[in-house]
Amino acid sequence: MNGFPILSVMLLVPAVAAVVCLFLDAKSARWLALAATLVDLALGIVLWASFDIGGAQWQFVEHSDALFGSFSWALGIDGFALLLIMLSVFLMPICIGASWEAVQQRVPEYMAAFLLTEVLMIGTFAAQDLFLFYVFFEAGLIPMYLIIGIWGGVNRIYASYKFFLYTLLGSVLMLIAMLWMTQQAGTTYIPDLMNHDFPVHAQTWLWLAFFASFAVKMPMWPVHTWLPDAHVQAPTAGSVILAGVLLKLGGYGFLRFSLPMFPEASSQLIWLIFGLSAVAVIYTSLVALVQSDMKKLIAYSSVAHMAIVTIGLFAFNRQGIEGAMMIMLGHGLVSGALFLCVGVIYDRLHTREIDRYGGLAINMPRYAVFFLLFTMASIGLPGTSNFVGELLALMGTYQVSTWTALLCTTGIILGAAYMLYLYRRVVFGDLTKDDVKAMPDLSMREIALLAPIAAVVLWMGVYPESFLAPMRQDVAILLERIDRAQPKGDSMPTAGNPSAVPAAHHGAEGGAH
Amino acid sequence: MSYAQQMMMILPEIVLAVGALVLMLVSAWGGHSSARGVSWTAVAVLIGAGVALLGPASHGGEAFYGLYRADAFGAFAKLLIYIAAAVSIMVAPRFFATTSGDNLRPEYPVLILLSAIGMSVMVSASDLLTLYVGLELQSLAAYVLASFMRQDTRSAEAGLKYFVLGALASGILLYGISLVYGFTGSTLFDVIAQAYAGDRSLGLLFGLVFVFAGLAFKISAVPFHMWTPDVYEGAPTPVTTFFASAPKVAAMGLAVRVAIEAMGPAVDQWRQIVIFAALASIILGAVAAIGQTNIKRLLAYSSINNVGFALVGLAAGTQAGVSSVLVYMAIYIVMTLGSFLIVLQMRDADGMPVETIDSLSGMSRTRPWLAAALAMFMFSLAGIPPLFGFYAKFAVFSAAVESGLFALAAVGIAASVIGAYYYLRVVKTMFFDEPAPAFAPMDSKVEGGLIAITALVISPLGYLLIPALLSATNMAARALF
Repeated sequence: MNGFPILSVMLLVPAVAAVVCLFLDAKSARWLALAATLVDLALGIVLWASFDIGGAQWQFVEHSDALFGSFSWALGIDGFALLLIMLSVFLMPICIGASWEAVQQRVPEYMAAFLLTEVLMIGTFAAQDLFLFYVFFEAGLIPMYLIIGIWGGVNRIYASYKFFLYTLLGSVLMLIAMLWMTQQAGTTYIPDLMNHDFPVHAQTWLWLAFFASFAVKMPMWPVHTWLPDAHVQAPTAGSVILAGVLLKLGGYGFLRFSLPMFPEASSQLIWLIFGLSAVAVIYTSLVALVQSDMKKLIAYSSVAHMAIVTIGLFAFNRQGIEGAMMIMLGHGLVSGALFLCVGVIYDRLHTREIDRYGGLAINMPRYAVFFLLFTMASIGLPGTSNFVGELLALMGTYQVSTWTALLCTTGIILGAAYMLYLYRRVVFGDLTKDDVKAMPDLSMREIALLAPIAAVVLWMGVYPESFLAPMRQDVAILLERIDRAQPKGDSMPTAGNPSAVPAAHHGAEGGAH
Repeated sequence: MSYAQQMMMILPEIVLAVGALVLMLVSAWGGHSSARGVSWTAVAVLIGAGVALLGPASHGGEAFYGLYRADAFGAFAKLLIYIAAAVSIMVAPRFFATTSGDNLRPEYPVLILLSAIGMSVMVSASDLLTLYVGLELQSLAAYVLASFMRQDTRSAEAGLKYFVLGALASGILLYGISLVYGFTGSTLFDVIAQAYAGDRSLGLLFGLVFVFAGLAFKISAVPFHMWTPDVYEGAPTPVTTFFASAPKVAAMGLAVRVAIEAMGPAVDQWRQIVIFAALASIILGAVAAIGQTNIKRLLAYSSINNVGFALVGLAAGTQAGVSSVLVYMAIYIVMTLGSFLIVLQMRDADGMPVETIDSLSGMSRTRPWLAAALAMFMFSLAGIPPLFGFYAKFAVFSAAVESGLFALAAVGIAASVIGAYYYLRVVKTMFFDEPAPAFAPMDSKVEGGLIAITALVISPLGYLLIPALLSATNMAARALF
């Protein structure tokens, strides 16, 4: 792939398609959007296939300095970015497919907005220039604001404002911090900044400025309140992309900026992250338990899952960080799929009230199977994607703070409670309501949307190595960087007495590749 | 220095003055029927003046014993002024054809030309009296323009209000000038700067405060902003387009030159004033705009808000700060001209102008491209990337951070979120609400073309202009240091 600017092409394809969409009628706009996202998926697969695991830290690097004067067009990915880009390009065709029939009004604009979102998401993960990152990161607000506001539910205008202003307020302070950082370090190039040692007294302020932005995006308690509103009002595909990818921007930000650039501040403020996350896990899980709106329930569960991501990231050890990344990927797939599941029955009955359903296992058996799989994945059942991530993240956290690990583990139990309770009320029970009886089972289109996600969820659960391998080296580099600020753990695990067995194990693992 | 060389330095002003006088005669004899011809000739004169900037006018240095300075800073500001003035002339004929009952009167372009001469003098003044002459020439023409629709009471009121408050501000400025002159013994910027570099007496500080107060009125910075919404609302829309663009650049250029060249050594004194004016403008401009129902008043508050951001760059007081102010003004006038061009398209089925924000309701379905363009301008004014308005804010805040003004930068940018709210409201009205009756179709290719050009500059493609823009503004800023 030498010389072929694959990342720029991945940005260009949906960008051009978005503009062309505006000139087409509804039917051609749908097909064009699907084609463009599939091309990007194909390019993504090529990207993954040609990503040299264990090779250079930054691959597919593109650089054009003079283009924008004060910042440059610099793209490049490491293992973290690769996996998140894969998640984006994988979910995008599914989103288009999910809107195939549900969206009937102003289709060309809708497709253009989604394609634009895809451009901005890939750009955010691939940007290697600090301000280029900021441009992509912030610009994502515009299409999402339009998607929620135009094609959303009854209370869409309130939700769109809340989404926009909340996230904007979080981000602007980050811009000021970025300006200071680039002037201090004399570069806007992210890999250089990641190795720049900022003065420790300044790190706290910079860390807090970045935290303001990422905590809102993540979203962390108590600035999570925009999320349930946005999710409930957004159209199904909007929720999928919001939960699937946009929430990952916060975690990616912590991973890319907060940890490697401000390790001392991260270590000092670890109590803040752990405290807020522990509250979030328990509080939002309890809130999820009493929801009567399906989308709101899943939205609150997202907040709880993302809190486990943050504790994992700030555990300062390999298990924690790898686990956090695995949850981000797993949650992106599972919550996206759960929103699709809600969308399927919402399209039939046009209500998200849990009480209006019941007994779907009788007349929609295929739906019940898929929904069960994703419910179990969301709970973190072994064999599904979320199990791997949650186990690793909590193990990592345990080494730093036993209390946080203990409190956050209750989230798994509560998660099982609210998800099973949801599933029981929607799918099991008697089929009494006439309009629910009349609902047809999944169509081929809907199966085609859910089946790929189900396959990947199981793949991640059964053979997570495929997903751990690309980031292994990047985790090592990150750990080396933040090692000097390692917080003192309270569990004080002592290493066992390793015999010759692990060596053989590594050999076997190496042989598998 | 020979007289001819000095004349070459003021060639743009000479071109404008001769053009304005000749066109005045033409309009006096030609009557109403000459309006279109005079308009297009006036645009040609402005282009001629712009071309004349290529000569010694942009790098000649001092002329007339220090009264006037032809440098890159002035040239950059003049270029923006001429472009804005030309656009204001081009959009007028269609507007006046439908409103005042009779067609555009040929005095309109002539007055704009006269105002442009005043603005040229303002940005090149290096003496307090040159400054004042330029300012008054610009203002007097502007007062007449504000009340150009004589039969319309709102227009007459706007003109009168502008005149009375403008006269008051001129008085304050003159009082400040007299104090400065009294305590320094000169009106030349260079001599004044030397006086401020030495032991600063109370009189000098008072003079500084009054001069800045007078200038704050001209750029409509809070707390001297009260006239702006009323004048913007009452004046005919093409005139408002003009007020929001060219005189803003001129007054900002003037303020920067006075602050840096004349009072540069007293930067710690005026920085407090500028920081206060900047933050007050940003916050008041944003908060007061929320309740507006008239799009022209909304844009008036938006201009107050934007002036606040430009002042953030001036508060830095460095070369990078001056450069960022120029970047801001350059991008600001493109956004403003674009927004007003769209306001000009807001006409009901009979062709009469409408100004309520509610009439934009659902425009994305009745006039999708126009709505998309206005949405771009609104997001851009709010400073949301990837639109070009983001870069303007980026530049000024970068300069402020470089000078260590963290509190100003943090509060200023946080307050920009309040501003985002009312810009979003316009987008919401156009995209989320049910359609209102459609506007009359656009029948002017000139205006359509101008909207397309401004929208293109504001789009992400505008980022490609940054290297050129930066090299121009850096050269201009260097001229002041």
